Amino acid sequence: MRGKGPTEASRPMGSGLRSLKLCPFILLPGLSLSSCSGSHSALDPAGPEASYVAHLFFVMLFGGIVIWIAVVAALIYAARKKRVHSEESAGRIILWCGAILPTLVLGALLSYGLWMMPAIRPWVPDEQQVRRIEVTGEQFWWRVRYLDEAGEVMFETANEVRIPVGEPAHFSLRAADVIHSFWVPSLGGKMDMIPGRTNPLTLTADRQGTYRGVCAEFCGQSHALMAFTVRAVQPEAHETWLAERRASKPLDAEGLAVFLNNGCGACHAISGTAANGRIGPDLTAFGERGTLAAGALPHTTEDIARFVADPGDIKPGVKMPHFGMLPEDDINKIAAFLKELK
Amino acid sequence: MKSVIPKEVESLWTLFTAPTVWALHFVGCYAAVAIYCAKAASFDFGFDTVRLALGGLTVLALVVIVLSAYLAWRQWGFGSGDPPHDEPTRKDRTLFQGFATLLLAGLSFVAVVYVAIPLIFIAECQR
Repeated sequence: MRGKGPTEASRPMGSGLRSLKLCPFILLPGLSLSSCSGSHSALDPAGPEASYVAHLFFVMLFGGIVIWIAVVAALIYAARKKRVHSEESAGRIILWCGAILPTLVLGALLSYGLWMMPAIRPWVPDEQQVRRIEVTGEQFWWRVRYLDEAGEVMFETANEVRIPVGEPAHFSLRAADVIHSFWVPSLGGKMDMIPGRTNPLTLTADRQGTYRGVCAEFCGQSHALMAFTVRAVQPEAHETWLAERRASKPLDAEGLAVFLNNGCGACHAISGTAANGRIGPDLTAFGERGTLAAGALPHTTEDIARFVADPGDIKPGVKMPHFGMLPEDDINKIAAFLKELK
Repeated sequence: MKSVIPKEVESLWTLFTAPTVWALHFVGCYAAVAIYCAKAASFDFGFDTVRLALGGLTVLALVVIVLSAYLAWRQWGFGSGDPPHDEPTRKDRTLFQGFATLLLAGLSFVAVVYVAIPLIFIAECQR
C-alpha cells in the first residue's frame, strides 16, 4: 500500500478526515465572531462612543497583526539564512527595529489615542446637561436616581437604567462603599466610581435595545454578580415612562401587607406604599425588570422566593439578611407580589 | 573666544542631568495644568497661554537634553570605540559613562516629547 494513492474505498474517508482536520480552522473563527455580537460586546457597538472604542481596537489589532507577521518573518529568515551578516548590520537592525521604530509607533499611537479622546469621552458642562442620571455603586447593586433640570431627585430605581435613543445620557457616577466601575460595553468605555467623588460619563444609544452593564472593578465577594441593564427606548416612550414614574399612585395588593408586616419596607422603598427604606434597592415597578438581584438570577417568582429565603446563598457578602425562617406561604406571597409589581 | 561648554566633564552627576530635566518638565507640565484648571477663574489669561508657556518649557528642556547628549557623545569619543567598555581602566570607565549618559539622554528626549504631545490635543479644562 505504501507509495500508492488512496484507494476508492479510502478516498471518502480520507477527505472526511481532512475536513475534520480543517474544522477547527473554519469553526473557531466562526464561533469567535459569533461571540462578538450581542448585548454585552464592545465589538458590537450601539452608540458613537462605543464605535470609537471598537475602531481603536481594530486599528490596534491590525497594527498588532502586521508587527507579529514582520517579527515571525524575520525569525524565519534568521533561522534559514545562509549568508552571515556583520555585527554592524545586526546593530543597525536592533537600533532601527528595537528603538527608533517602536518609539515612532508608540508616539503615533499616543497621538491617535489623544486625538480620539474627545469622541470617546464626550464632555458636556453641567449647565448644558438636559437630564442627568445619578448612579451609585453599592455592594453589590446599583442605585439609580433620575435628576430633573435643577439637579433634584425625581425618583429612584435600581439595577436598571432607561435612556432615550439618539439623545446623550449624562451619568453622574458615585460609590457608596468601595470602588466600583460602571461599564456598558455596547455603549462605551468604563468609568470608575470612587467614594467621595462624582465622575461624569456621557453615553448615547443609536439603536433601541437592551444592553448589559457590569461592575468592572473588583469590589468584593459578589463582584461578578453585580450587573445591570440599560434599556434604550424611543424618546416619546421614555418621556411617558418618566411621567408615569414621577406620579406616585397609591398601591394596594394582596402581598403588600405580608411585605410590610415582615419589615421589608425598613430597607426597601415602593412608591405609593408605606415602604420607604433607603438601605436596599428601591423596588418600585420591580415586576418590569428583566433580571433579579442585579443580574444574578432570572426574573421568575420561584427565583424571587429563593432569593428572599436565602440571599447570601445566591450572592455571598450581600447585606440583606435571610428570611428563610418565614412561613413558606409568606415567602411565596411576597415573591408573587414583587413579580406583579408594575 | 571662551566656550560656554566645559572642556571636560567627568562626574557621575552628568549621568542624571537628562532624566532630571525630564522629571522637572513632567512635574512642571502636570502641576501647571492642574493648578490652572483648579483656579482658572482667578487668572486673567486663557489656557492657550498655559499651553504656549509649557511649549516653551518643552523646547528649553529639549535643548538642555540635546546639550547633555552632546557632552556625553564627546565623552564617549564621538563613537570612536565600541561598547561594552568593561575593562577596569580609567579610559573605559569614562567611555562607559559617556555612552550610558548618551542613551539616557535619548530616552529622556523621547519621554519629554511624549509628555508634551497632550499639550497639542488638550484644548481646555473640564470642570
